[in-house]
Amino acid sequence: MNNLIVLPLIIPIMVGVVLVFLRPYVKLQRVISLITMIGIAGISIFILNRVQTHGIIRLDFGGWEPPFGILFVADSFAMLLVLTASIVTAICLIHAFSSIGEKHEKMYFYPFVLFLVAGVNGSFLTGDLFNLFVCFEVMLLASYVLITSGGTKPQLRESIKYVVINVLASWFFLVALAFLYGTVGTLNMAHISERVAEVGQGPLLTTISILFLLVFSLKAGLLLFFWLPGSYSVPPTAVAALFGALLTKVGIYALFRTFTLIFYHEPLISQTLIGIMAGITLIAGCMGAIAFKDIRLIVSYNVLIAIGFIMIGLAIGTETSIAGSIYYVVHDMIAKAMLFLLAGTMIYLTGKSKIDEMSGLIRNYPLFGWMFFLVTCSLAGIPPLSGFVGKILVGQGAIESGSYVLLALAFISSIVVLYSLLRIFLNTIFGETIISLEDEKPMKLGMIIPIVLFGIATVSLGLGAEFISVYVTDAAHTLSNPSVYIDAVMGGNK
Amino acid sequence: MKINDVILRTISRFVVFIILTFGVYLFLSGHNTPGGGFIGGLVLASAIVLLYLSTDIETVKKSLPLDFKYVAATGVLLATSTGFGSIIFGVPFMSQTFAYFDLPIFGETELTTVTIFEAGVALTVVGVLVTIILSISEDGG
Repeated sequence: MNNLIVLPLIIPIMVGVVLVFLRPYVKLQRVISLITMIGIAGISIFILNRVQTHGIIRLDFGGWEPPFGILFVADSFAMLLVLTASIVTAICLIHAFSSIGEKHEKMYFYPFVLFLVAGVNGSFLTGDLFNLFVCFEVMLLASYVLITSGGTKPQLRESIKYVVINVLASWFFLVALAFLYGTVGTLNMAHISERVAEVGQGPLLTTISILFLLVFSLKAGLLLFFWLPGSYSVPPTAVAALFGALLTKVGIYALFRTFTLIFYHEPLISQTLIGIMAGITLIAGCMGAIAFKDIRLIVSYNVLIAIGFIMIGLAIGTETSIAGSIYYVVHDMIAKAMLFLLAGTMIYLTGKSKIDEMSGLIRNYPLFGWMFFLVTCSLAGIPPLSGFVGKILVGQGAIESGSYVLLALAFISSIVVLYSLLRIFLNTIFGETIISLEDEKPMKLGMIIPIVLFGIATVSLGLGAEFISVYVTDAAHTLSNPSVYIDAVMGGNK
Repeated sequence: MKINDVILRTISRFVVFIILTFGVYLFLSGHNTPGGGFIGGLVLASAIVLLYLSTDIETVKKSLPLDFKYVAATGVLLATSTGFGSIIFGVPFMSQTFAYFDLPIFGETELTTVTIFEAGVALTVVGVLVTIILSISEDGG
């Protein structure tokens, strides 16, 4: 029965490989990849509910018991993210069907999306730090292909930066792993946590923890985000949406996991550092979101604001604020994918990317225009949409622990998000139309349906907050009490 | 300009077989001694690359009509299927099993599911390596 939790990793890989053989049959590839993602979403829901009734599930690969073997651990936090990632990918795939083009589809687009998902899901589920590195690499290799595929000049320019920075980060990751293994002699995350607690987190371990902070910050775009806006604005729309929704979230997940499970003994150092980094990320992201006129860059800087916001929850570190962050991660995956799809579709419809070159889209595409308004409200945190609950919980946590600077930053950033997106809205969607009825490109059904699906998701996530709060509370409880996770992994065979 | 490569051609004709044999040996010995699918695959791939070097791409394609991208894909499929197989048998993912059989020529032989997994790894390594080298050489013009 425990074998279930490896399925989100192994099914995408196997199906992806089968799709390699089906290269000429584009329609078949579409159907199979979509069914796969929906299937994984279904499995994730099942596992998520099982975690609520049976506690954390673990799977020892090949029967090697921890701390000796590699293992997968499914707790509520991981499963919530796996579930959201699967749903987001499925919806982005629907958009890709009509937007990505036959050239990409024949160049192994669907296999690599599935490999990307496998890497992302593996990173969420693994309970072994070295295995986390491997899953990161699976995800990154797939993302290298997806970002360069198509081979236009700006793509290649940005992807060189992207590849170099990620190779460097992976090397740092390996060095940090080597140091950690040399110090505590184990790679199993729960076991590391036990050992660190036994010997105490001295200066050496704190330094190693900062090295991990550096690595995951590079991946998540926390403070070290210089590569992010460029590389997220060049790939095709569906790929950009996947990147914006999934990739940084894996870095965020790793930060949460390591700093709540392993290096939680020196909150003065790690949480202060994370708080400062999150604050700077917020400020810089806000500046970028207001400064630029290119819609893709504005959207990419909005990713940064969200990262800063989520990390504030970790910096505060109370159970409430962590619950808020978890809620906000789930919300942000959905809303950011929607925002990227909207921005990409806007560029497809008008052929322009600067906001002052477009105007009056709402007259031609009313539904599209109102969907943009919806995502604006959702990202700004206006109730009853999905951003609201996350913001209120993080805010509540900040007040409880007296972190008023972070509180102020977090809420000012919401206003900036609102401003930067309303700027797009007023400039491009309201106003006099520039597209005459004859020149109007028909909105493809395959492009508006995924956007509407995301819209439904963000509304139902907001309205169904009560329904989801069970899972989020359990996830936050596990994160703020490391012993729950450790007992599940180290405590006997289940 | 045609490079005079008589020596390379003559020697590689013999050496390729030695390398191939060594690759298979490394692959089979990998279970309990140093070796295994990855190393065996690397050695096998180096033999194929040597063939490409000493003759030319068309000749090798005629005698070895394989698309190495599909070789790699087959390898991954084989390796993951053995892992998946353990799910079907209801034991933890990636479990292995082995048994001793009396085979006609080899006598008592240990057969294990790990070998199937390793074969997948070897095929993947061969496929990926040859694909990389071929695509580099094609772009170089």
